Amino acid sequence: MISISPTYLMYYVPLIISISLVFGATRHEDTQTILRHAYYTARWITGFMAIIFLILVLINWMV
Amino acid sequence: MASSENVIQIDSQKIDLKNRPLAAFLAWLIPGAGHFYQGRMTKASLYLVCIMTTWMLGFALGGGHVVYASWQPGDKRWHYFLQAGVGVAALPALIQGNHMRKMTVKGITSQGYEPMWGGFMAPPQRPVIEDRTDEVSAWYATYGAGYEMGTWYTMIAGLLNILVIYDAYSGPLAVPISGRKKTDDEDDSADETKTPPQPAAGEMNG
Repeated sequence: MISISPTYLMYYVPLIISISLVFGATRHEDTQTILRHAYYTARWITGFMAIIFLILVLINWMV
Repeated sequence: MASSENVIQIDSQKIDLKNRPLAAFLAWLIPGAGHFYQGRMTKASLYLVCIMTTWMLGFALGGGHVVYASWQPGDKRWHYFLQAGVGVAALPALIQGNHMRKMTVKGITSQGYEPMWGGFMAPPQRPVIEDRTDEVSAWYATYGAGYEMGTWYTMIAGLLNILVIYDAYSGPLAVPISGRKKTDDEDDSADETKTPPQPAAGEMNG
């Protein structure tokens, strides 16, 4: 199903942490609010990518 | 004494942005330095760690060859404009690029060319021609996906620092309206603790 090594997916981890935290911090000043915003951002991006992944798998299965 | 137009209030905290252009410049030079200057220590540390870790991780993944300045036919390294967002960490590439430029004649690197600092952030030997064997293709062959990912990591780090520069200059960006909806309870409690609006240049409508 996945033609690349699943370990390549590990590249995603440091990026999502970094992007979410910086994104949250550029919108708030309070640390707790920053962390909460970062969590929502990480969840949103991960969910969005998961949906795109499922669509691609579905297309791959149909073709 | 703090000028009132440089003091904003976000999350019930008053922030003195001090000299905004200086803070923005420092934020570009070293991620987090602008916030350190403004006394926003937590955010300064967070930015420094997150952005520089991403940048250095990318630099290491690409074997130290992903950041270089070059604008030659076949090797227009536009990625560098984004990588340079992290400031001083990317500046050696400019010096190396200029050194290479002086040693390039009619698109070919001179025989006597020796990169400085052991080749740190040095551009590839010229000419660089697509679909031919050259130094760039050797880097791709050696580091594989790491070269590509390293380029992306360093570019993303540079782009993130642009947000940080804005934060240092104007304060936090506005939270989009499409963000998480508040419950009725949260609305009531927020109304009770609402602070009067402050002159916040960093807060944009919408």
